[in-house]
Amino acid sequence: MTDKFPLRATFWRVVAGLILLAGVYALYVRVTEGLGAVSNLSDRFPWGLWVGFDVVTGVGLAAGGFTICAVAHIFNIHRYEPLTRPAILTAFLGYVTVIVSLLIDLGKPWNIWHPLIMGNYHSALFEVAMCVMFYTTILFFEFSSSAAAKYRHIKPVGVYHKLVNKLIVPIMIAGVVLSTLHQSSLGSLFLIVPTRMHPLWYSTWLPVWFYISAIAVGFSMVTFEAYMSSRGMDHKLKFSLLSEIMRITGVLLVILFFGKMVEFGIDGKFALLAVPETETYMWWLETIIGVFLPVVLIFSPKAKTSRTWLFVAATLTVFGFLFNRLNVSITSIAKSAGVSYFPSFMEASLTAMLVTLNIIAFVWISKHFDLFGHHAEEGAH
Amino acid sequence: MKPKGLLFDVNRCQGCGACYDACKKEFNNPVTSADFLKDRLSADSYTVVEEYGDIYMRRLCMHCEYPTCVSVCPVSAFEKTPEGPVVYDADACMGCRYCMQACPHMIPRYEWDSLAPRVQKCVMCHHRVVRGEETACAEACPSGATLFGDLEDLKKEAKRRLEAEPDRYYQHIYGLEEAGGCNVLLLSPIPFHQFAYDTALPKEPLETFTMAALEKVPGIVAFSSVFLGGMYWLTKRKNKIAREEREQNKAENDDR
Repeated sequence: MTDKFPLRATFWRVVAGLILLAGVYALYVRVTEGLGAVSNLSDRFPWGLWVGFDVVTGVGLAAGGFTICAVAHIFNIHRYEPLTRPAILTAFLGYVTVIVSLLIDLGKPWNIWHPLIMGNYHSALFEVAMCVMFYTTILFFEFSSSAAAKYRHIKPVGVYHKLVNKLIVPIMIAGVVLSTLHQSSLGSLFLIVPTRMHPLWYSTWLPVWFYISAIAVGFSMVTFEAYMSSRGMDHKLKFSLLSEIMRITGVLLVILFFGKMVEFGIDGKFALLAVPETETYMWWLETIIGVFLPVVLIFSPKAKTSRTWLFVAATLTVFGFLFNRLNVSITSIAKSAGVSYFPSFMEASLTAMLVTLNIIAFVWISKHFDLFGHHAEEGAH
Repeated sequence: MKPKGLLFDVNRCQGCGACYDACKKEFNNPVTSADFLKDRLSADSYTVVEEYGDIYMRRLCMHCEYPTCVSVCPVSAFEKTPEGPVVYDADACMGCRYCMQACPHMIPRYEWDSLAPRVQKCVMCHHRVVRGEETACAEACPSGATLFGDLEDLKKEAKRRLEAEPDRYYQHIYGLEEAGGCNVLLLSPIPFHQFAYDTALPKEPLETFTMAALEKVPGIVAFSSVFLGGMYWLTKRKNKIAREEREQNKAENDDR
């Protein structure tokens, strides 16, 4: 289908090629010269773009995998089934990307398995590490079993498909439980720095805000991808389903906002919203882009008929989420760190490379597998 | 062995740098600055002496009673020894740097240019302490500004100095209660925030903030498993009943 637009396809391929080239070079520098040479990380700023974006944001963006799964297969609302495969694929690719970026960010990546035997129950990062490890395995089962359906006639594949399908309900429940734990624990990571973090973001409710916003952004990512792939790959958009999950997203964003306002009221933090400093502007940016605008779009009458409005609302939610996670992990720490941090070109290149590989993998798999179910689905054309 | 500690008194420090040199020598660390007063903590400098007008303040690991680094490390690479020092095992470390992000005193440093980087910080000369010796810095100090001894004795001594000469001391022992208390105690004539020491730290260990969330994990696992299992069973049953009713209605309509 890309053949229809040979020029555009070529342009994006060139862009992707350049990004990959820069990424591979940065990876070479990371492996041969170390973290200091490749990044702007420092003793004062030990966590940067790779933790803030690739890990903390990336895991959130992949949350659609567990939410859609819960709705369609645990709450048995079967009309959501057409969304499960793309959501699970997104999640699986997302988590693999998180693990790859950890291998880049960790000083001694060959010790990445150490949490398994040297655990520490007092560490939020230990909990996140274990959950990510187990949940990625679960996503592998969930995705591979539906991918295996195509090759069921080959005996071992058929046996595997049958076995996983027998256990799929407990597997899915475990997936939702693990996601609940680590999506919120990513927020708990920052509970340990009460005096270092800017009060606009520090809150004992951080894990709860992380969990709610992850569910909201998971739905938005599913909508975003469905729209993008309906343009790029010419299949029917499940508009009514997407508009339903975006309304849920809207409700969640409203809950999130009022929850934060109650917390601000209890802790007497309203005055901070008018302090003229970078942190305040960043807070308003994330709130306007990630809460106000999407909520207005989602609940306007236009959203019931316009795919584009829905898509714009989803995109804004995703960007607002991105701002929030980067604010929590970078902006809020900057002042107490006493130094400013901005990712180096090579840090950004590596992140861009991983995002690009993610997109390429998604497009390739969705071409070769019946991802959006438009052959199986009610003869949908 | 009783827990050991260090007491540093700004009023007694002459800014000679003997502690700085002794520390470098003890750990075979390379020279990092032509002027030791300009040097800052790094993977090669576990302690520094900082100049504030005509007084001097040391900076080194505080060896917390409930160390944040120990609590956040996902691979248990840090250990609070019974002798007092907080030590680090580079072989266990995977290099996540959560310790650096979380330390309330911003002490741990990293070997950014190494291909097998380690976290570095003062270990209160643990190897010497277990042999019954004092730390290299305390041994080298000519003025008694850095004092090594049993932590309880040092606490008493610090309090005694504040009472004996109230005019010479700002009435606070830094490290006595900060984030659950430390094995390094600091005395000074001026408030500690002027040395960029965090004076807003809570009295409880910082891990209590994390544990308030983490201790809910078993409950969440139990509740959500039962809830999700129950929902699965209920909704499946509901769908089945709805389907049966539809079929029944259809059959009745066909009969008519």
